[in-house]
Amino acid sequence: MDAAPAPKFVERKTALGRWWQSKSLRRFRRNPLAIVGLVIVASFVVIATIAPLVTPLGRSCMRDLGLTAATADAHRDVRNAAFWQLMFRTPDSCYMMPRAGFSPIPQSAEASGTLLGTTSQGYDIYYGLMWGARTAFRIGVLVVGIGLTVGILIGATAAYLGGWVDNVLMRFTDVVIAVPALVLALVIVMVLGNSIVNLMIAIAAVAWPSYARLVRGEVLRIKQLEYVTGAQAMGRRSFGIVFRHILPNAIGPVLIVASLDIGSIVLTAAALSFLGLGPELGYTDWGQMISFARNWILGPPGQPLAYWYTSFWPGLTIVMFVLGWNLLGDAFRDVLDVRGHV
Amino acid sequence: MFTFILRRLMMLPLVFFGVTIIIVLLMQLLTPAQRAAAYIRSENQANQIPEIIRQYRLDEPWYVQYGLWIGRLADGDLGYSRTTNEPVLTTLRKRLPTTAELALLAILPVVGVGIFLGTMAALNRDGVIDQVVRVLSIFGWSIPTFVMGIWLLVIFYGLLGWFQPGRISTEFAIQMATGDFRNYTGFLTLDALLNGRLDIALDALRHLVLPVITLATVSSAQIMRVMRSSLLDALSEDYVRTARAKGLRARVVNRKHARRNALIPVITLSGFVLIGLINGVVITETIFNYPGLGQWAARAALNLDYASVLGFAIFTAVTVVAANLLVDVLYGIVDPRIRYG
Repeated sequence: MDAAPAPKFVERKTALGRWWQSKSLRRFRRNPLAIVGLVIVASFVVIATIAPLVTPLGRSCMRDLGLTAATADAHRDVRNAAFWQLMFRTPDSCYMMPRAGFSPIPQSAEASGTLLGTTSQGYDIYYGLMWGARTAFRIGVLVVGIGLTVGILIGATAAYLGGWVDNVLMRFTDVVIAVPALVLALVIVMVLGNSIVNLMIAIAAVAWPSYARLVRGEVLRIKQLEYVTGAQAMGRRSFGIVFRHILPNAIGPVLIVASLDIGSIVLTAAALSFLGLGPELGYTDWGQMISFARNWILGPPGQPLAYWYTSFWPGLTIVMFVLGWNLLGDAFRDVLDVRGHV
Repeated sequence: MFTFILRRLMMLPLVFFGVTIIIVLLMQLLTPAQRAAAYIRSENQANQIPEIIRQYRLDEPWYVQYGLWIGRLADGDLGYSRTTNEPVLTTLRKRLPTTAELALLAILPVVGVGIFLGTMAALNRDGVIDQVVRVLSIFGWSIPTFVMGIWLLVIFYGLLGWFQPGRISTEFAIQMATGDFRNYTGFLTLDALLNGRLDIALDALRHLVLPVITLATVSSAQIMRVMRSSLLDALSEDYVRTARAKGLRARVVNRKHARRNALIPVITLSGFVLIGLINGVVITETIFNYPGLGQWAARAALNLDYASVLGFAIFTAVTVVAANLLVDVLYGIVDPRIRYG
């Protein structure tokens, strides 16, 4: 049996392999802080995914899933419709924090029988934090999506058409950037009214200008390239050129920058809802949970830290989330930085 | 330089025009009766809403309303704040020094700590100081203002009892209201000193400690990071090597050649820092119950007090544009290429 010795080194030629071995990704892998960031963000993705399976569901949520006390655990079984509904078509009622009693005073974990205690009015902190991760990603991804769409449309139009269109659109962008994001979002939520959808609209309305500027820069650069001149010479219509030839090449860096914004977008959302301009009362949302804690900074006489859990857990969760995205974003900006390669 | 500033100045009216248009368009989402609420002064006027709508012509098309609104703005009529029960302009004028006192005190650590630590870190690259500064800046940058404020209150107010929220202790507030305390500047610490009341000045300062830390943390961390990386870039430039080769002392090279150039990105960032401070002021003042513009705006937004929130929005936009103008001028002074370019 003299089989040919297996080659010691198999060069991976797949696209994935090449990407994994690429210079920028090697740099990323060697940066320990980047790995920490990636792990934190990945943990939050996992938490957001499994939140429905590891939290005790509230009554209205169970009712909307068609569960009764007898079948209370049915949603944890993949063979049940309730599982799939909970995962992918989550009823709105599941995003409301269940209440362990209606005590106006926060209750510790032992007293309330919940994992991390309750806020005032009996909202379950553990449930709020786990499902809050789901809310955070919902807000982050949707806002980036809306903001990116608007930004791409405005940026690409401005860059491709140039002239006065460019001028008007970019000055409009300047104006929106000139108002502090929180203030503009505050005005928009106030006018539209409190709800999670309006919160997302408001934040998207302040997020698009930076994407528009980025897209414009990229399109302007690519517009100069010869293949675009070629397409023009072949008589393609301008919008065809923009969408078929320019945008697909311009969109990569913008997409990365935008997705790294999820951290700061969630932060803005939390800040607004801390001020009381977020989703409705009792929604699983970290900012609101911090605002609950505001009234419980002082404990009863003699027990100064009696209500520590109301501010500690939600605060820690938000800090970790923002930290993860900041580390990740920092590493990516490092990798993408052209100067660094020279 | 002159034309450069002039070009920048032309941005001001443009931004003002744009921001006001956006605001008036947003207001069109409201019914005329809701818009009328901005001009109601007391509950007794609730049944006069149709007259108010007619008087202020709130049911006209938006461009007519825009013209009228700008006209009223020019007369200083920003509407009536239901939150403070006085005209919006009066509240703006009254609360501006309160917020300015907080913000100016917060800028000191932002610039001082940020630039100082950033420089130290870059000069001791990969040393102990550098590592500590980097960890500090990552955490400082990641703690949201509202979490920072609450945690500081839990520790220094709840547990240790060193500082209180608010702007001044009740006993001093009463003394100031009843005695012959005169307001010169609106800056409480300064006014107290001018009145010869050291105790009040110290009390006011004590109330400012936690809000200033809260407000300054994020921005200091940002400045620190940018200062560090841009100084590192500058230190690896050819002109720095040349200066060293000439035999100049390290201090001179670091200060005159490297740091001066490294400051340019930091100045660019300071415009963003100001925006960050305005966002931060709204949250910080709310947490610490500090009676400034931010607390007023946040409360007004909850009360659906449109006039106040819009007044605040216009004020911040103008402030930001003016500050960016200042940044650009500063930029021209530091970097001659921009002046002559």
